[in-house]
Amino acid sequence: MTGNLILFIILAGVAVGSALAMMFSRNAIYAALFLILNFITVALFYLILDAPFIAISQVTVYAGAIMVLFLFVIMLLGAEQTGRTPSRWWYQPVSLFLGVVLLVEIAIILFSQSGVGSASVEVPSTFGSPLAIGELLFTRYLLPFEATSILLLAAMVGAIVMTRGEKK
Amino acid sequence: MLPVIYYIGLSAVLFTIGALGVLIRHNPIVIFMSVELMLNSANLAFVAYARAFGELSGQIFVFFVMTVAAAEVAVGLALIVAIFRSKHSIDIDQMNTLKG
Repeated sequence: MTGNLILFIILAGVAVGSALAMMFSRNAIYAALFLILNFITVALFYLILDAPFIAISQVTVYAGAIMVLFLFVIMLLGAEQTGRTPSRWWYQPVSLFLGVVLLVEIAIILFSQSGVGSASVEVPSTFGSPLAIGELLFTRYLLPFEATSILLLAAMVGAIVMTRGEKK
Repeated sequence: MLPVIYYIGLSAVLFTIGALGVLIRHNPIVIFMSVELMLNSANLAFVAYARAFGELSGQIFVFFVMTVAAAEVAVGLALIVAIFRSKHSIDIDQMNTLKG
């Protein structure tokens, strides 16, 4: 138990630290790299939580494909640094205040329901394996699965239409 | 397994950091990354509860969230590229007209 707790604290520290570093880094490339570190840490959490298939998809889809797309667009536009626009002086304090309010709200809701799911459930060793996920995905969740394929097609067509040049 | 509240608490902290990033930053690409961070923290909560209840449906939903996130990034980055083409700048403070 203590070993698990120490592992959790280290990983949580890395996750929160990389998220904060992403938020505060001036250079968008560094922000993207910190976000990749955060995604990989979350993938490790998925492994701890008996979700190996989700963990691998996280690394390939998020840390791989999506972040490569981000880095590509940052470098394509040369948008590493946006100039410091003089924003309104109250903007950052108000944002910080709203963030703290959000965190407090979530904490209140969590502690009012802290009993939910606290009983430890034993799961079979195949829990979260590709076989179990695939079986559920292609039986009970077949219709949503097909709907996501339509969604991906629509996104693909939309991206192509929007970035197409104006000339005929 | 640690109590599920630890993971949910971490997820809440990550979500708040993502929301703050959306509010504070001026670079729309970094704002997009913050949205990804928020989606990711929701995924962490899904997986934690899936493990706590021994129910695989939570992991299936993470799969769907990942698909939606991929579609969103493709369209969103295409939008940013299109805005950059017409305005030659992607500062969020200058995107105040609907007409390009």
